Amino acid sequence: MEQTLQDSVLVADYIKGDEKALELLINRHSHRIYSFIFSKVYDKDVTEDIFQDTFIKVINTLKRGNYNEEGKFLPWVMRIAHNLVIDHFRKNARMPKFEGSDDFNIFSVLGDQALNVEKQIIKDQVEADVKNLINGLPEDQREVLIMRMYKDMSFKEIAKQTDVSINTALGRMRYAIINLRKMVEKNQIILTN
Amino acid sequence: MEKIYTNEKLHAESLKPKKSTIEFLLSYSKALSVIKYKKLEFDTLVN
Repeated sequence: MEQTLQDSVLVADYIKGDEKALELLINRHSHRIYSFIFSKVYDKDVTEDIFQDTFIKVINTLKRGNYNEEGKFLPWVMRIAHNLVIDHFRKNARMPKFEGSDDFNIFSVLGDQALNVEKQIIKDQVEADVKNLINGLPEDQREVLIMRMYKDMSFKEIAKQTDVSINTALGRMRYAIINLRKMVEKNQIILTN
Repeated sequence: MEKIYTNEKLHAESLKPKKSTIEFLLSYSKALSVIKYKKLEFDTLVN
């Protein structure tokens, strides 16, 4: 209780401009906050960074006069540290870091991009289904869809080759897709692997 | 006598921030001043 009170007094002093109060607060709680961060990240360098960022946030908030949790300094700082730990893990999930160590196994990083037998069979099946569906389209729509999707032609080129306007080519493509969807729904075909 | 191979645990004592980190924070705090003017807020960092 006494320490809580002292924390709040130190915080108030710091807000008033007493820099020494911050030093006391950091020294008082550094071990606990540092241990907390380390217990989550297990890396001293990362812990050091997060510890520093935590107190930068603390300093910024206090100096701006935005602190309003009087008497709860440590839980507040711990929450900031906790949020920064979460940010760290989120960032690492997006950009995994691979430590260079003797145990490092390159195959844990490099995946086998080739499809296995099961996936290959499914892929062949899906492709065969799509082919059958396309063959079920009216001639003008099938023509536009094949030129666009398989021959990678622009609508301008398609319009020129089929001797229709661009809008007609676009409309045929649209109806081709609508009709494909209808056929998929009608025949209950699953086109995912 | 069997040898017990365990990883050396980090001692509680070593779980403290580096002195340089704390010094940086204290310097940062001293250098930072926030000036408020009406609804605006300005941060200045003096080296």
